[in-house]
Amino acid sequence: MTSTDSSSATTRSRPAWGAALVWVGVLALLALVGFGLIRTQRGPVAVGSHMPDFTLTTFDGQTYDTAKERGRVLVVNFWASWCKPCEQEAAALEEAHRRLSPDGVLFLGVNYVDTEPEALAYLDRFDITYPNGADLGTRVSQSFRIRGVPETYIAGPDGILTFVKIGPFESLDEILTAVKTAQAGPSS
Amino acid sequence: MGSRGILPPPERGRVRGGGGLLVAAIAVFLLALAALVVPARAQEPTPSDDEVNAIAKGLYCPVCENVPLDVCPTQACAQWRATIREKLAAGWSKEQIQQYFVEQYGARVLATPPPTGLNWLVYVLPPAAFLLAAYFLWRTMRRWERAGQSPQPPASSSDDPYVARLEEELRRRA
Repeated sequence: MTSTDSSSATTRSRPAWGAALVWVGVLALLALVGFGLIRTQRGPVAVGSHMPDFTLTTFDGQTYDTAKERGRVLVVNFWASWCKPCEQEAAALEEAHRRLSPDGVLFLGVNYVDTEPEALAYLDRFDITYPNGADLGTRVSQSFRIRGVPETYIAGPDGILTFVKIGPFESLDEILTAVKTAQAGPSS
Repeated sequence: MGSRGILPPPERGRVRGGGGLLVAAIAVFLLALAALVVPARAQEPTPSDDEVNAIAKGLYCPVCENVPLDVCPTQACAQWRATIREKLAAGWSKEQIQQYFVEQYGARVLATPPPTGLNWLVYVLPPAAFLLAAYFLWRTMRRWERAGQSPQPPASSSDDPYVARLEEELRRRA
């Protein structure tokens, strides 16, 4: 009885390190998968959080660093030329830009997963004059964790998001109201 | 006399008209021939769909996840394929085009991720798991083999008083 127990204990202890290694590997893999799932399920950046800083080089070669634009209300619109709902809000965004830029509101268009000729044709078609640039490497859209286009993010002068719009704006008034909220003062 | 010297207009018209018809027919034939030939000439410098798709199938548009670019039906993907066609026509190589797309849209557009950062796990884990499984299988099979070779314990249960008693009980109840 004793000899049997000791021999089985030896058999069990021999591959213990191998089993432990396998378990560690499996757990590490599960942790990695879990981390990835959490990351993908987080959703876009929300109102009240800090707007991710980014640098955008516009189609005409100007560079905007949002970190250096503190003190201004910032409207960041993600769009693409192949996106039909984007067309719905394009004219209203341009009109809002024309009305609000004298107040220091900065509109930035981030062109998502698009080709430059089509993007330029789109800007021309809707006579869009505010700065627009391609999201090179989809770095900006990844930092905002956007799910699609159009999406618009409005931050107050302190860089805190006061408004997030998933989908197109319904009207010019909706944009103006959202920007007024951001202008109203320190966001909570 | 005058009417003889000059062919009556309808006749002239007919003779000339017949020649005109012939000329027109030849012209139409030549035009048709040209129409057949000209598009073929125009297509020569343009890369074929197969050439475009050979590159497109190695790319994925972030908008349509899990759909390779060569079969993706969206407008965004059609624009991407047009870009590939343009670059091919401009003499770019497959690698240059892929690099262009990576710079524009990020490495996630590639069907096979580059072995950098955590991506290397994709290349290391499957063969490692395969080797590990093969090792465990080999070990288990060897254990079975040894078990098969080792002398079997006697099948007779008469040595064991409990089993003998059980068998006796079963016999009695049967």
